[in-house]
Amino acid sequence: MDIFLGLFNNVLTEGFIYAIMAVGVYVTYAVMNFPDLSVDGTFPLGACVTGALILNGVNPWVACLVSFLCGAAAGCVTGLLHVKLHITDLLSGILVMTALTSINLVVTGGTSMVAYFSKPTIFNYGLGAALSAAAGSWGPALLALICCAVVKLAIDLYLKTKSGLLLRAAGDNPQYVISLGKDPGNMNILGLMIGNGCAALAGSILSQQSGSANVWSGTGMVVMALASVIIGTSLFGRAKIIRPTLAAVFGTIIYKACLVAAMQLGLPTNYLKLLMAILLTIALVANNMAPVAGRRKKQDVNPTQI
Amino acid sequence: MSTQPKSEPLSDNLAEMRHIFKTFNPGTVSEISLFQDFGLSLRRGSFTVVVGSNGSGKTTLLNILCGSIAPDSGEVIIDGRESSRFSECHHAKLIGRVFQNPAAGTCPKLTVLENLALADNKGKCFGLSRGISKKQIDFYRSQLELLKLGLENKLNLPVANLSGGQRQALALLICSMTPISLLILDEHTAALDPKSSETIMELTDRFVREKHLTALMVTHNLKYAANFGDRLLMMHRGNIVFDVCGNKKASVGIRDLTEKFDEISIEDGNSV
Repeated sequence: MDIFLGLFNNVLTEGFIYAIMAVGVYVTYAVMNFPDLSVDGTFPLGACVTGALILNGVNPWVACLVSFLCGAAAGCVTGLLHVKLHITDLLSGILVMTALTSINLVVTGGTSMVAYFSKPTIFNYGLGAALSAAAGSWGPALLALICCAVVKLAIDLYLKTKSGLLLRAAGDNPQYVISLGKDPGNMNILGLMIGNGCAALAGSILSQQSGSANVWSGTGMVVMALASVIIGTSLFGRAKIIRPTLAAVFGTIIYKACLVAAMQLGLPTNYLKLLMAILLTIALVANNMAPVAGRRKKQDVNPTQI
Repeated sequence: MSTQPKSEPLSDNLAEMRHIFKTFNPGTVSEISLFQDFGLSLRRGSFTVVVGSNGSGKTTLLNILCGSIAPDSGEVIIDGRESSRFSECHHAKLIGRVFQNPAAGTCPKLTVLENLALADNKGKCFGLSRGISKKQIDFYRSQLELLKLGLENKLNLPVANLSGGQRQALALLICSMTPISLLILDEHTAALDPKSSETIMELTDRFVREKHLTALMVTHNLKYAANFGDRLLMMHRGNIVFDVCGNKKASVGIRDLTEKFDEISIEDGNSV
């Protein structure tokens, strides 16, 4: 039972952290209809920036904020490549993802791993410390839940603002945005900034939870985030009370639980990425076979076809 | 070439196209020289109907007017401003356009309310204030009631769930929600069934009259061409071959139009 609770605790902690990225990818993938591969680069960017900042004694919450901004800047580059230089969406993402590998190594000072176990992080200082004192081993999960909830609510609120409505319109029908006298390309860039900012924030928080930053931790993040969003929207999309962002959070937890369960059943760690790819494939196929995918009708653009 | 309509005082004209030249695929075997010194002026408050066969330049005319495509030379003046150098976004501030495809004028995933709120905010700042202002909901509802399609009870339904006719009516409302100089109707009833198309046409006529809009409508439906509007243009190969307005327009029947159309087609058939 203790082992089970420990695993559950781990699933929740990491699930809530990855869910921050999934909520961001929900914005780019489901709202903007943009398959953004740069997330594979912005996730470790957040981790590396956090590692470098915390080693230099910067407040961990400030490190989170700076990570978000760095991710947003990278997302802005992806958007500019696509919108202003007319490079296809997939290639823009690949270009930024590749370029970020070098940037991340520069940020970490050339090493692929930065450890800062003894330094203050959001998990062992201030609010994190208080939560750990109150809830024991469930403290980190609670803190991750709070971070995830703040990001989710912020995105929900944003999507209801005038700017948020315009963002959704740009993903839905760019011609409509043009007829409002606005440039849908700018909204595309804004959406990518939000999505990648969230990915970098998730990278930052996960790195603080483990006390180390790894340049190569980004591999498979796009796959994980997409799978989370698709699982979430196909399972919970039809329930009107559950917002798509909350569905994405649930999707992440389910996805993470599947991975942990497979590992516990004896799957060697080397097969992890293979399993991640297979899970996304299953989610895509299942979603295509469902008569109504999420809340979308069939005649609309099917965003599952990347 | 009788493309230049009789001259009117400048201030009376809301939109003017002067000396427009446009050639498609220049320098290739498929080169089509469509407009050669084309000119058109639209009087303020007029409702002009354009008919013509496929390839006669109707859609190109609209696209040049809306800034979707640039003419090779010539100028487009809307509301006294030279606008051929503006982007499509800039044109959109002056022009409302309803497309043939009912999906083009609305956002399918957004609700009726959200679509209206976006349209209501046209020309203003899209900032971080609340997207749908509660105070405006009654106003939106009253606007939807004007359509008489029962949309006022479907405020929170995604537009994708509406019928083509309902979506087109909504698109029409959205276009004319904020003050615009020119309403462009691009075969906007072509994709609808006869009943909805009738409803939309009546609605269009009412909107143009009640909101004192200047409208330019392209249609393939000669019955609508004969029955609506106060000026009728027939286009053929980039030229205006028939231009009547006022009482003369009113006396044009659908039979006259069909005859005119046949003349053009025969001429076309002989020459090819």
